[in-house]
Amino acid sequence: MTQSAENAVQLALHGVTKSFNGGAGQVTALEGIDLNVRQGEFVCLVGPSGCGKSTLLSLIAGLEQADAGSMLLDGEPVRTPGRDRMVMFQQDALFPWLNVLDNVLFGLRLKSNLTEVECLEVARYYLDLVGLADRERARPHELSGGMRQRVALARCLAPNPRVLLMDEPFSSLDALTRDQLYGDIQRIFTQRRKTIVLVTHNIREAVCLGDRVVLLSPNPGRVRQVFDINLPRPRRINDPALANLAAEVTAALATHLATSESVV
Amino acid sequence: MSPRRVIAPLLALTVALGLWELLVAHYAPGSPFLPTPSDIGRWIWSALLDGSLISATLVTLKRLGAGFLIGAAIGIPLGALCARVRVVRDTLGMLALGLQTLPSVCWVPLAILWFGQEESAILFVTVMGTVWSVVLAVQESVLAVPPLYVRAAQTMGSRGFHLWSHVVLPAALPGVLSGMKQGWAFAWRSLMAAEIFVVILSGYGLGSMLHDGRELLRMEQVVGVMGMVMLVGLLADLAIFGPAERWLRRSRGLSA
Repeated sequence: MTQSAENAVQLALHGVTKSFNGGAGQVTALEGIDLNVRQGEFVCLVGPSGCGKSTLLSLIAGLEQADAGSMLLDGEPVRTPGRDRMVMFQQDALFPWLNVLDNVLFGLRLKSNLTEVECLEVARYYLDLVGLADRERARPHELSGGMRQRVALARCLAPNPRVLLMDEPFSSLDALTRDQLYGDIQRIFTQRRKTIVLVTHNIREAVCLGDRVVLLSPNPGRVRQVFDINLPRPRRINDPALANLAAEVTAALATHLATSESVV
Repeated sequence: MSPRRVIAPLLALTVALGLWELLVAHYAPGSPFLPTPSDIGRWIWSALLDGSLISATLVTLKRLGAGFLIGAAIGIPLGALCARVRVVRDTLGMLALGLQTLPSVCWVPLAILWFGQEESAILFVTVMGTVWSVVLAVQESVLAVPPLYVRAAQTMGSRGFHLWSHVVLPAALPGVLSGMKQGWAFAWRSLMAAEIFVVILSGYGLGSMLHDGRELLRMEQVVGVMGMVMLVGLLADLAIFGPAERWLRRSRGLSA
């Protein structure tokens, strides 16, 4: 893609390795991950469960620490969580004791350079962006699953992070709601040109949303193959061209799984 | 509240009191050990008129409020500390578990030795009855806070005291509130024990009134005070803890 060639690398991962002490001894979740994400690029990490994709996202978020390797965000090493990398989780993680507006304001109010009036203005802008301007007084439990994830999206975008990290945020939604959110995400991505890293096990979803799809394989988690997706946006999940690409990625995944199993 | 829910208990109460009156009048008329509802009613009326019942109730409520607030003020931070620090949980938390099973009357002899027959002895017993159940409830509810909330808050830049005051404690609030309710119930029991067994001159509470009723063999006074003790407990539940819990549950969508 010409656009991403012009943009600078924002997130640079080099040789990232992480292992856990499980019941069956040391388990290497990730081994030697190299990945560069450019500014304004939408990168999707896909792979079967156990390939360490969610762990990789937690490492980028700073919620966990890598054993080895380097992680640079705009040249600065990543160690702790921070507002420059907001995370959208599988469950919406909205605070039930706050209403929609206060949930979106939570991260904003922690930014010391904003006045309360500015915070409100920004929060309302993003609630409007996700189409929930009229529900700011609602409590999270009064909203549907899809609406809650939209509030979570607004909450993540409001502090204006440099990178938006998404950990399977659509997997607990029904298909109709999900399709709608694919549209919303693409619209917002095109408007705001945010750098996004999305983790999913749904290959069709990854091809629908990503500029690049990074295929990981398990035992230990490694980057196997990278696909450039050059379909025009907005993409529709049922587009045949998209389905063909997804089939290609799925076939590649099956091959990698077969080879990794024969090694084991 | 529907009228049916008010009428039914009132009716049941009237029937029960009527039966009581009749049975005592028939089998043990004039017995000093078994007062009739009308005896008790007469005593309550006169105690209300001369102000002694109200002033004793106020004295007791003041002690209860002080004991409960001190117990909660000590118990909430201690419970949070137990949840936060493993070593504290394994030591102080275990101690709390043991002390919570100890009926607070057991503190009375020590309280009298340490503080004398003073207001502070009563306060001590009440606090000892409250604090441990609050510690345990706060510890449990803080440990039960979904880690996802904490992770989400951390990515938004919340840490340290802000994380505790804006995420952990609000998330734990329903559990903390039921701990407070339990603490209150324990405080109430402890205070009654203290007032009955610690005879002091600085204030005449409901417990002392009950104690004197026994000394004077005025069973209508004993039972009348028991009724007042129940009424206060019931009112606190209906007027304070019940609505607070309902509001909390409704605002978070926890109950249908």
